[in-house]
Amino acid sequence: MTQLLPAPFSDWFAKRGWDLHAHQADMLARAADPALLLIAPTGGGKTLAGFLPSLLELAGGTHKGLHTLYVSPLKALAADIKRNLRTPVDEMGLAIRIEDRTGDTTQTQRKRQRADPPHILLTTPESLALLLSYEDAPRIFAGLRRVVVDEIHALAESKRGDQLMLGLARLSQLVPGVRRVGLSATVEDPDAIARFLACHPDPCAILNADPGPDPDISMLDTAAAPPWAGGGARHAIPEVLEQIRQHKTTLVFHNTRAQAEIFFHHLWLANDDQLPIGIHHGSLDRVQRERVEAAMVAGQLRAIVCTGSLDLGIDWGNVDLVIQIGAPKNVKRLVQRIGRANHRYNAPSKALLVPANRFEIVECRAALDAVIAHDLDGDPRGTGPRDVLCQHILATAASGPFEADALYEEVCSAGSYVDLTRDEFDACLDFCATGGYALRAYDRWKRLQQRPNGMWQLRDPRSASMIRMNMGTIIDIETLKVRLKNSRGGTPLGEIEESFAATLTPGDTFLIGGQIVRYERLREMTVEVTRRADRTPKIATFSGTKFATSTQLSQRVLAMFLHDDWPELPEHTREWLHLQRKVSQLPRADRLLIETFPHDGREHLCLYGFAGHNAQQTLGLLVTQRMEDAGLDPVGFVATDYATLIWGLKPVEDPAALVAPDGLREAFEVWLSGNAVMKRTFRAAATIAGLIERNTRGGRKSGRQATFSSDILYDTLLKYDPEHVLLQITREQALRGLVDFGRIDEMLRRTEGRIDHITCQRITPLSAPMFIEIGRVPIKGQAQERMLAEAAEALLQGAGLTRL
Amino acid sequence: MNTSSFTFCGISFKAFGSGALWWQDAEMLVVSDLHLGKSDRIARRGGALLPPYETLETLHRLARDIADTAPKIVISLGDSFDDDRGVSTLEAPERAAIENMTTACDWIWISGNHDPAPKGLGGQSADEVAKDTVVFRHIASDNTGTLGEISGHFHPKLRLRTRAGTISRPVFIWDAKRLILPAYGAYTGGLDITHKSISDLFDPLTAQAILTGPMPVCVPAYPAARTQQ
Repeated sequence: MTQLLPAPFSDWFAKRGWDLHAHQADMLARAADPALLLIAPTGGGKTLAGFLPSLLELAGGTHKGLHTLYVSPLKALAADIKRNLRTPVDEMGLAIRIEDRTGDTTQTQRKRQRADPPHILLTTPESLALLLSYEDAPRIFAGLRRVVVDEIHALAESKRGDQLMLGLARLSQLVPGVRRVGLSATVEDPDAIARFLACHPDPCAILNADPGPDPDISMLDTAAAPPWAGGGARHAIPEVLEQIRQHKTTLVFHNTRAQAEIFFHHLWLANDDQLPIGIHHGSLDRVQRERVEAAMVAGQLRAIVCTGSLDLGIDWGNVDLVIQIGAPKNVKRLVQRIGRANHRYNAPSKALLVPANRFEIVECRAALDAVIAHDLDGDPRGTGPRDVLCQHILATAASGPFEADALYEEVCSAGSYVDLTRDEFDACLDFCATGGYALRAYDRWKRLQQRPNGMWQLRDPRSASMIRMNMGTIIDIETLKVRLKNSRGGTPLGEIEESFAATLTPGDTFLIGGQIVRYERLREMTVEVTRRADRTPKIATFSGTKFATSTQLSQRVLAMFLHDDWPELPEHTREWLHLQRKVSQLPRADRLLIETFPHDGREHLCLYGFAGHNAQQTLGLLVTQRMEDAGLDPVGFVATDYATLIWGLKPVEDPAALVAPDGLREAFEVWLSGNAVMKRTFRAAATIAGLIERNTRGGRKSGRQATFSSDILYDTLLKYDPEHVLLQITREQALRGLVDFGRIDEMLRRTEGRIDHITCQRITPLSAPMFIEIGRVPIKGQAQERMLAEAAEALLQGAGLTRL
Repeated sequence: MNTSSFTFCGISFKAFGSGALWWQDAEMLVVSDLHLGKSDRIARRGGALLPPYETLETLHRLARDIADTAPKIVISLGDSFDDDRGVSTLEAPERAAIENMTTACDWIWISGNHDPAPKGLGGQSADEVAKDTVVFRHIASDNTGTLGEISGHFHPKLRLRTRAGTISRPVFIWDAKRLILPAYGAYTGGLDITHKSISDLFDPLTAQAILTGPMPVCVPAYPAARTQQ
């Protein structure tokens, strides 16, 4: 098929002994389409398919300025693509300038890129948004012909994708006729991604590359049974090591950073052959991560213990095995992870699932069946988030005056904002301009003002730089850097959450980057540690995003519970499920199982809703609220994907009353306004929308009274301006994401008040795993004040003081 | 309002959960760091447009504490306004609320580092006020002299580990010589009392703290120092 190509290209393909893949040829044939979505497995020449039309158009050497913009969710990917593109371009002797621009690009280079853009610019959504906020954006993008969006399936799941699409809408205004190409992994609803990508109402054709053979996937057999509870999968270490030994390169995926750290630690304790094994996750220092990535590319590592930080990114041809530790939660993501193995086209990917505890055996079995049945899961997204829109309006104002009507039209051409109403848009514009406060309007509350000709512009041009500094849709949790104390000022190891750091006292130990370190002191927002190998580590809690097990996967698990027996499961798991059936019962899709039992001096209630982590979390907040009202003194709860465990000071005798649908919905409305999840959602939305300025490192150093908690703003707004647009936005997003009331509703509908209350004398088999879950939520009610008094009392006694 | 009682320089005080200090024998109410007009100042500088309700909110709280105690004297211990333009930007209802309070009792504005004592709102102003065994000023001085010192400025807060997780609250903190009040204003953050600029002011062995909130509780401020002893 290379005859489709002009000489230098066909020669280059011939020299390599390559032919064009069918989908690469399709992409070329439709290169003039306004939008194209390519769905291809990794290793299918996806990147080349995306860039080939650009290289052909640029080969003539006559194009001036920027031609193709490439956007990926990862900085590392931009750098990697630059290297990969250079090879064909240099070997064919094409005069094409390729540069990347990310958060790591130097100031001088950024300036130069604005003055003289390269032919191909590789960047991230954040860097693009920033470029578009400059007054000279029209000049920078003047020659633009094509935009390539890589890993669009990942971007489509986050606000980063919405921000990007608003940016592309802007670009399509600046340079009419710009063509868009999306590159995606396998997804459950390609049409949704196509709508997301295209400039409305342009059509977007979907091209499918040959998906290749089905993966070779199974559960790893282990000599030791997985524990009753826990997420560490330590029992599987000998077998995992054996698999690493038998393969060239293995990726060992974990669901959380903490689990990756613990597993890595124990893997090394058992690594008698000293196999080179590295660790990679988002909390590790960038230099450390890059070192691991480079070693991997150079083929120096036999395995990497990793988290979602390696879900996307650089193609590593040598990876021939993917091991997933812990339940995969989501079939689509599992399939995409499996795709990380064997980037050679047309060879099956090999993957092993390692359940970390008995419950996960069931979930892994269900996931395996779903993969084999090609039954992918996913939830449709609603209209694009308006906090992102607020940021976009401010960024647009930073680039120059704009007309409200034109901006509304433009925003509605972005796939996720097609259904945005004018009222919703105007509320955002008003928020950006005046703060949008209902009760009073002040002259000074003006960020934007309207000129006599109707154009909107910044009141104070100097606020443009503040707007730029606040851009981006990723909200970092407050973290502190960890440094190893030494004579050279300390080696950076990574970051831990501020809330975790607050629980450390000098002498405590924790794991980071596979090392046990001892907390020495906090010094200027840096945690200083020393190496310490002789103590059992206290575990760092990284609260990365918790994905909820998908509805489809939960239903598969519940369906399995209906079976009389489970010959397909290991013997110990069979026995466990039979035991649960004997002492209590197994949850069913059409009934709600609630167990109550005492344990460790507290009364416990376990509610098996199978509604996914976020909804179970909300259920925990709702039910504890109702318990608080009933004087049952709840102390805290923890939620998993399948259940919520609540502990308190008094036993619950009538749990059915706590989950009665009407009461629950009513409690929901009241509760929604005053809870921690809303406050967390508000903090993110308010930061993105520009109400709260991001904490710059410098700003935090001075510490002090300058910053106050976003909770205070939330409480104030709720009291004085409950209909404020940011509270509306918070409510919208909480309902969809963290609160996920939709799945509680779904649970209430399918159980319809059929509640089975089982009273037990001790922990039930199925509830046991809940006791080691991280992410316990304290209840800020009467019990908290009681605990506070109790802790104060203990301190006084410890200090040898009697009552003051 | 729940309170917690303690003795400082021979005087019996009550710490309010709101952050106000009550001296029963002198019928005196003390508050610090109201930071009125904070959102206005930020908006004026071209920063974020914060909800412009914090001045009202702070004044509501103060009016409630005053109604509960019916004081003869009220001292606002400095940083009453977020900056010196704060007074001129007050809205009519806010101004009226303040004037109501300053005329109903002896009101003293101590000047702070963010603002000179405000003018035109009633009350008197002073850099510091001495009474019985104590002196009131905005920032703790290097040398306290013979009188006990009551100040604000630092917005002290404390983290306490409990069975229900770590709880962080604004605190009153004192030892034999100094007492520092928590910030009273609605839009105020805090500085942990382990920060050098606060901990250097206190004797770690005797310093105590009262956490504000629904049920004020008293704890040793630096328990680690005591156990190391």
